[in-house]
Amino acid sequence: MKPAKYIAPILIISILFCVVIPCFIDHYALADEKEQVIQITAKRFEYSPNNITVKKGVPVILEFISLDRLHGFSCPALGIRSDIFPDKKTRLRFIPDKVGAYPFHCDNFCGSGHEGMTGTITVKE
Amino acid sequence: MNIDRREFFKLTGIGSVIFVTAVGSLGNLANAASSEKDDFFFVQLSDTHWGFTGPAVNPDSAGTLKKAIAAVNGLKNQPDFIMFTGDLTQTTDDETERRKRLSEFREIVSQLKVKNVRFMPGEHDAGLDDGKAFKEFFGKTHYSFDYKEVHFIVLDNVSDPSSSIGEAQLQWLGADLKRLGKDARIVVFTHRPLFDLMPDWDWHTRDGAKAVELLMSYPNVTVFYGHIHQEHHYKTGHIAHHAAKGLMYPLPAPGSVPKKQPISWDAAMPYKGLGFRSINAEVKKITYVITEFSVKGERL
Repeated sequence: MKPAKYIAPILIISILFCVVIPCFIDHYALADEKEQVIQITAKRFEYSPNNITVKKGVPVILEFISLDRLHGFSCPALGIRSDIFPDKKTRLRFIPDKVGAYPFHCDNFCGSGHEGMTGTITVKE
Repeated sequence: MNIDRREFFKLTGIGSVIFVTAVGSLGNLANAASSEKDDFFFVQLSDTHWGFTGPAVNPDSAGTLKKAIAAVNGLKNQPDFIMFTGDLTQTTDDETERRKRLSEFREIVSQLKVKNVRFMPGEHDAGLDDGKAFKEFFGKTHYSFDYKEVHFIVLDNVSDPSSSIGEAQLQWLGADLKRLGKDARIVVFTHRPLFDLMPDWDWHTRDGAKAVELLMSYPNVTVFYGHIHQEHHYKTGHIAHHAAKGLMYPLPAPGSVPKKQPISWDAAMPYKGLGFRSINAEVKKITYVITEFSVKGERL
């Protein structure tokens, strides 16, 4: 038996194990991680929930509704914002691309507690 | 206060004055002499928040504005005019209370000796009713006027709760500027900063860049604003932006703490962080000299 004739099959099998199969595994793993849909209600002067945890690289849909008046949602560090209307759902889709804790706030002036209407999005690996 | 030429030079030596110059420089001071008759000065007061209560941050909330008015009246030379750059009152959902506060504020500031007093709203005055109550007491929320050789523009970036100037007002600004020559001396008053000072703290104007773009082709523009309750100086290109202290409570420096909230009252240093300023406009040199004062009128 000449060892040289086994080199090509061994190489192919190695590539399968090392590159192709992990890609499939990765693909199916990501496919399992569906969009994260998070419902957020806003009312003067709070969000519920106001601490949100999401996973890096997995699309997020924030679904807003206001229980009283026009509010806003702005997270400058992640470059996302939306108006939040009463009696009308607003959806905001984004893909978190960096790990960390990022504050968000209401950016439509809503009264005496407006400046305290804040929250945090935490992006984890 | 005396903003005559000798006093002016004296002040430069103790560092209590900020020079703001569009085309001139400190070196030009030595040559300044020919145009004093055109020079003038005005006082900027901001963020008086009449109606606010919170002993932890200002146990003299009902007295601070009155002290500041007395201090302005006590200046040795009276200003040519006085400008209030918004948040005259503390916000309230109650429309009757809002008008009561605006009325009380107007009554208090009517005690100013200088009768050329101009107003603009902050979001606390105008953000909940699109400026309706403010207009009843003080008229338009955006306007322009000329004083001597300077064109003053008052921009409203608060009546829209989204902290926007809006397309209609931007068009008005563009038309107002078109009337001017490119060498015009322009001073802009706003409540919020026109630039992104600290968007996380709502210290910005959503479409402020559009206003700055309109102003950018004029080489002699300076902006005075309020909202952030502290002295702050910044430049966008050649345009200088100067924030004034407030007269109710100070706020922390941009980004210096995780969460923005009023700085607590310091019993050892009452009224610390509060005050007003005078701006000496040296028209020919296109220089503005800012002098900061405490609530009681002591030069800082």
